[in-house]
Amino acid sequence: MTELDKIRNFSIVAHIDHGKSTLADRLIQLTGTVAERDMKEQMLDSMDIERERGITIKANTVRIEYPAKDGQTYILNLIDTPGHVDFAYEVSRSMRAVEGSLLVVDASQGVEAQTLANVYQAIDADHEIVPVLNKIDLPAAEPDRVKAQIEDVIGIDASQAIPISAKSGLGIPEVLEAIVTRLPAPKGDRTAPLKAMLVDSWYDAYLGVVVLIRVMDGVIRKGDRIKMMQTGAVYGIDKLAVLKPQMVDIPELGPGEIGIFTASIKQVRDTRVGDTITTEKKGTDKPLPGFKPAQPVVFCGLFPVDANDFEGLRDAIEKLALNDASFSFEMETSAALGFGFRCGFLGLLHLEVIRDRLEREYDIDLITTAPSVVYHVHMRDGSVIDLHNPADMPDLTHVDHIEEPRIKATIMVPDEYLGDVLKLCQDRRGVQMDLSYAGSRAMVVYDLPLNEVVFDFYDRLKSVTKGYASFDYQMIGYQQDFLVKMQVLVNDEPVDALSMMVHRDRAEMRGRAMCEKLKDLIPRHMFKIPIQAAIGGRVIARETIAALRKDVTAKCYGGDVTRKKKLLEKQKAGKKKMRQFGKVEIPQQAFINALKMDS
Amino acid sequence: MDDWQNGGFGLYLHWPFCQSKCPYCDFNSHVSAQIDQRRWQAAYLSEIERLGAETQGRILNTVFFGGGTPSLMEPELVAAILDKIRATWPRSNDWEVTLEANPTSVEAGRFRGYRDAGVTRLSMGIQSLNNDDLRQLGRLHTAEEARQAFDIARACFDRVSFDLIYARQHQTLVQWKAELTEALAMSLDHLSLYQLTIEDGTAFGARHDAGKLRGLPEDDLAADMYALTQDLCAAAGMPAYEVSNHAAEGSESRHNLIYWRYGDYGGIGPGAHGRLTLGGQRYATDTPKSPLGWLRKVETTGIGEETRTPVPPQDAAAEYLMMSLRLREGTDLARYKAMAGETPCVETIAEMEEMDFLRREGSRLIATERGRMVLNALIRELLPVA
Repeated sequence: MTELDKIRNFSIVAHIDHGKSTLADRLIQLTGTVAERDMKEQMLDSMDIERERGITIKANTVRIEYPAKDGQTYILNLIDTPGHVDFAYEVSRSMRAVEGSLLVVDASQGVEAQTLANVYQAIDADHEIVPVLNKIDLPAAEPDRVKAQIEDVIGIDASQAIPISAKSGLGIPEVLEAIVTRLPAPKGDRTAPLKAMLVDSWYDAYLGVVVLIRVMDGVIRKGDRIKMMQTGAVYGIDKLAVLKPQMVDIPELGPGEIGIFTASIKQVRDTRVGDTITTEKKGTDKPLPGFKPAQPVVFCGLFPVDANDFEGLRDAIEKLALNDASFSFEMETSAALGFGFRCGFLGLLHLEVIRDRLEREYDIDLITTAPSVVYHVHMRDGSVIDLHNPADMPDLTHVDHIEEPRIKATIMVPDEYLGDVLKLCQDRRGVQMDLSYAGSRAMVVYDLPLNEVVFDFYDRLKSVTKGYASFDYQMIGYQQDFLVKMQVLVNDEPVDALSMMVHRDRAEMRGRAMCEKLKDLIPRHMFKIPIQAAIGGRVIARETIAALRKDVTAKCYGGDVTRKKKLLEKQKAGKKKMRQFGKVEIPQQAFINALKMDS
Repeated sequence: MDDWQNGGFGLYLHWPFCQSKCPYCDFNSHVSAQIDQRRWQAAYLSEIERLGAETQGRILNTVFFGGGTPSLMEPELVAAILDKIRATWPRSNDWEVTLEANPTSVEAGRFRGYRDAGVTRLSMGIQSLNNDDLRQLGRLHTAEEARQAFDIARACFDRVSFDLIYARQHQTLVQWKAELTEALAMSLDHLSLYQLTIEDGTAFGARHDAGKLRGLPEDDLAADMYALTQDLCAAAGMPAYEVSNHAAEGSESRHNLIYWRYGDYGGIGPGAHGRLTLGGQRYATDTPKSPLGWLRKVETTGIGEETRTPVPPQDAAAEYLMMSLRLREGTDLARYKAMAGETPCVETIAEMEEMDFLRREGSRLIATERGRMVLNALIRELLPVA
């Protein structure tokens, strides 16, 4: 057991690339928490995708013992939170589990949109915030300008910001000392009934489900019978440990402490981030506030490129889902793509991460259909349908109106690109909410429809700002608009996998773009093929693939017979792999490319 | 009657050597400084004897010396081979001996010798009448040299054909029209006009894969060039009798017709393929591709053939279809049915007739001019699903 005043719990808030993981590495290293020979870069990011993309997807934690200048040894618990908006809820829970934050800002780059979203989460959680200026040794570092920016934009005192270089180790001792002296100790009542927050959970091949908790009140011990208040499920604690960052067993965890337990829980799905854990007997009946069930906001179809991989995909998706409660799936069939799954995600990054993991860890080539958001379809009979898949759009005669989700998007951008950013947001049906300046950087806040954002918005933003803009968003609710289902017809046959929900005003543009793309992707046939985009029965865009004019072998003599015949037979066999729409054969690759999110 | 008799019987001899390798050519050709022509002669004669024993009683229609560059063979070698052939098989009334020749002045000096040896027809690889393009195609002769060689050839032979390659890099329709008009004015009775094809395993193929072969015509321009070629040649009295071959009436290459009519042909020399019907069974034969490999095999085993594979009736029918649809006269469906046991899909044929790709003439199925331009697609439709 550790005295409350000897504990400091904190998180690190930073934009991608501003040095969060490197700072965490230095803190671990300087305190000797991990032996030098066991150190590796981005110690806390355990997934390949996390290391590769420099992002944190799962919350990770490390317990550091730090002998401070006052002669006392403190326990510092760092929770490394996911930094991305898709995981905003998980971030908010992690923030509630600690009392303070280090706000890391790149001294040459300044505050970015993503930093803002997370720092507001920290402020919401009543954190004490210590600003840290990283990369102070770079020639381009402008600590004074960035301090002013922190004060202007975020509104916190930056006069005591600590200049560091996480890379070289400069300023790290000062950071450790500031954690002890400037961040508050946790509060809690050791004698009260157990109240612990479920911060995160993951699946371990040897231990089963591992649950990360923060004890608020009471004490949790090995062997205790505990209850998850949301699910009502009861478990016996098999193992109780702290993370250094490897597991070290501990007999009990008291108020203010952070650690993990295992309790023969089979699936991560059985644990809910934000849930309150108490003892089965004499437990509390007041759960911690703020619990929210996971709610997918972006949906897409995942289909195996090779139909024979379907069972493999099912296994892979089920396994991934065991470890990710926020990811939903159900079987889907498409005339174009065969059997697959309609999957729901917390956001676009979540979608990409899951898709990457399926392709990489399970070695399955996937076709991802155009991402769609969840529409509220209000029927004339008063009922409301959640529409995840344009293919399920009910007959229009029964539909009263449709609502779509909207987001508040925060974009920070150098002045010179502002015009292009405003135009992009305007084109995407955005409504400007705010525009302010911090130095030469503008901060734009827009109310945007989510469906315009899931369709290549981020790529366009990167391209018009040459990568200098940062972007973050949060859901703000639903709003009625003039939304229609756009169908694509190839040689007058509708192709289900290509239909999508669009705003009426944007339909022509999207339809034209799709028709043009398909014109290049579908090979010429012996007849001409019309490609049309249509709303209901009305054609809004059209292209024509001209008929094949020339496909003949120039030379074919006695020595060529065997080879040429084999070639034609092979080509004929290749045609069998194409998807047949009426008389038109569409190569699988055409779907892949037509639906590709340009990434 | 065996099916091959519908096509006739010919003999193909492959001479695998060239002065230099052309960047577009994927034929079995090799550049070698030293060639012992007597050693090669012995091997060819030995193979003729072996094949003669197997095909005893047949009448031979044609002989074709292909390559490589057969005009690098000494006329004495050609004479010895033809002597042996004449001694081995009785010859048909329409006897034809073709030799492929390059139009350089050195080779033109041998034309008379070839005629005296018994060659009746010369097929010249002129390829272009434009010096820049000849260089680009890696040819060693100039257009002027080619014209002179052609004049020598037509003085020696009644029948002279030449090849041109078109749809070349940066070639326009207007340029091709001028070049083809010139070619038709100088031509005798036969022209082979090939669209440049980029083949794997050639210098052009490698350049193309590396994205460095620029200015090749788009499909539509290539199609326009092909259509123009048909029109100009027909107007000049040399209509296409095959996809890329044009001739005055009666001047078609009889040897090549054997391939397209799916007759029998023996293949002698490195990499030479054959189709032989023996005891009612059709076989596909081939030989080692490497010149020395073939030579040693003949010398040590007395058999130049490497494989002899039976061609099942269905495959033979498919080969017949694929080859014969290239011809203006088309495919005899009765013959096809006799081979395959059934005709190609009737619905497909009707659909293709409807779209003006195929037409029927009695029992013959014929690709229309439109259809011939997309023949590969047509054949893919008609081939039974494997």
